[in-house]
Amino acid sequence: MRAIEIEGLRKAFGDDEVLRGIDLAVEAGEVVCVIGPSGSGKSTLLRCVNLLEVPTGGTIRVDGDEITDPDADLDALRRRIGMVFQQFNLFPHLTALENVMVAQVKVLRRPRAEAERIARENLDRVGLADRADAFPTRLSGGQQQRVAIARALAMGPSVMLFDEPTSALDPELVGDVLGVMRGLAEDGMTMLVVTHEMSFAREVADRVVFLDGGVVVEDGPAARVIAEPEKPRTREFLARVLDPAAAAPPKRGKE
Amino acid sequence: MAANPAPARSGAARRRRRRLVRGGEYGLVVAVLVAVGALADWNSLRTNFFNTDVIGGLFPDIITIGLRNTVVYTAIGFVLGLTAGLVLALMRLSSVPPYRWFAIGYVEVFRGLPALLIFIFVGVGVPLAFPGTSLPGGVYGQAGLALALVSAAYMAETIRAGIQAVPRGQMEAARSLGMSHSRAMRTIIVPQALRTVVPPLTNELVLLFKDSSLALFIGVSLDQRELAKFGQDLAGEKNNTTPIVVAGLCYLAVTIPLGYLARRLEARRGGEAR
Repeated sequence: MRAIEIEGLRKAFGDDEVLRGIDLAVEAGEVVCVIGPSGSGKSTLLRCVNLLEVPTGGTIRVDGDEITDPDADLDALRRRIGMVFQQFNLFPHLTALENVMVAQVKVLRRPRAEAERIARENLDRVGLADRADAFPTRLSGGQQQRVAIARALAMGPSVMLFDEPTSALDPELVGDVLGVMRGLAEDGMTMLVVTHEMSFAREVADRVVFLDGGVVVEDGPAARVIAEPEKPRTREFLARVLDPAAAAPPKRGKE
Repeated sequence: MAANPAPARSGAARRRRRRLVRGGEYGLVVAVLVAVGALADWNSLRTNFFNTDVIGGLFPDIITIGLRNTVVYTAIGFVLGLTAGLVLALMRLSSVPPYRWFAIGYVEVFRGLPALLIFIFVGVGVPLAFPGTSLPGGVYGQAGLALALVSAAYMAETIRAGIQAVPRGQMEAARSLGMSHSRAMRTIIVPQALRTVVPPLTNELVLLFKDSSLALFIGVSLDQRELAKFGQDLAGEKNNTTPIVVAGLCYLAVTIPLGYLARRLEARRGGEAR
C-alpha cells in the first residue's frame, strides 16, 4: 500500500493559488525529497499532508485513509504522521524529556513510566540521552531539532514529514540533524522531506520531486534528477543551488 | 547631522546659562524647605499624624483584623477573578460567535464602570434582589465577588494578549502530535501564556489590594473591617489622623514590594533569550 497518495491537490490563499494540481505518491519505506525555489509551494504541500493547511481541492490518502474526508478523525490520523518544522517548535516550558513525553501521555494515554522509557529511547536514538533534563533554551538549534525529531518518533508514526529541517541551523549544526535523518531512512522510515540540502537528497533520497509554480515539474530517481535533469527549469534551479557563486554579476546600468 | 540653523551662542555663554538655571532649581527646593520648616506647626503635625500614644493602641488589631481582612478579600477576589478572567479570555478567542460576544460585552461593561459602583451593587442590590439568600462566606463572599467582577475584565484582556503572544508554531506542533485544539490549549498554549502574564497579573494584584478598601461600602461588622475601614473607624474614635497614616503605611508595606517584584519579573522575562 502507498504510504502517501496525493491526487489533484490544490491550495489557494485567497486569489493566490499556491498549489495547482499536485499528483504525488510515496511508497512505504520510501524517502522522497521535494526541492524547488522559494514560493514554489513545497512547504504548503507538506503542511497539507497533515492538514495544517486545508486543501482547496483534491484528495490526500495516508496509509489508505483519506485525510481530506470531512468525516475523518483528524487527531487520530495526525498521530500517525510525524512532523518536523523549520523552527523546531519545541515547547519552551517543558524539558527535552517532557517535550517527548507530553503527547504520549496526553494523547496516546500511555502510563508515565512507559512514556518516559520510550522518550529516553528516542532521545538516545537522536544522540541526546544526556540532555534529557535540559530546557529548549539551553539547547543548540541542532539539538533542538533532534529533540523535535525524537518527539515526533515517540508517537510511533508510519510517515515522517520534514519541512526544511536544517534551514534555520548554523552550517556546522546541519550535519548532526541530517545524520539522524539518514539513520531513520536506513531504518526504513517513510519520509517526505522539503529541503535545500542537495547532497542529502542525492545520497539518501530514493526520489526527488522538483516543484515550481505550484506544479510538479520533474519527478524521478534522486541521482538522475539531480545529475541529469530533463527539464530546463530544473537544470537552471539546480545550477543556481549547487554553485551559487557561479551566478553572473548583476548588470550595471546608468544610475 | 544638519548644522544648527540658529546662530550658535558661544560655548561659554551656554554653560553659564545652564549653571544659572540649575542653581535656580536647587534654590527653589531650599526655599520651600526653609518655609515649611519655619511655618509648619511641628507639634500639631506630630500629635495629629504620628501620635505615638494612638499608634500604641492600634496594634495588634490593625494587623490581625485590618491587614488580615484586606489580604483575605484580595485573595478571594484574585482567585475568583483570575479563574473568570481565564474563562473569559478563552471565550474571547473562541470560534463560537456568541461566546466571543459575551466576553467582549463583559469586558467593555466592567472596565467601563467605577469599582465603587460594583461594590454598592453587590453589597446593596444583590441582597435586595434576592432576599433571604446570601453568598457563601457572607461579607467575604460579597467583597470577593465584587473584586472578582471588576478584575476579571482586566485579567481577561491581559490573558488574551498572553495567549495571542504564543507563537503560532506551538499550536501547529501540538496539533501535529495529534492533540485536539482544546487539549493543545490546556497543555501547551495556556501554561506558556500564564508565564508571560505573571508580571501584569502581579500589577493587577496590587490594584486589587488597594480596591479591597471599597469593601467598607458593603457594610462590615467589627471583625470584618479591612485596613481602610479600620483606620477610618479608629480615626473617628480617637479624633486623630494617625490611624489613617498607619493604615496607609500598611498598604505601602505590601504594594511597594509587590510592584518591585512585578518589575523584577518583567525585566527577567525581557532578558530571556528566545
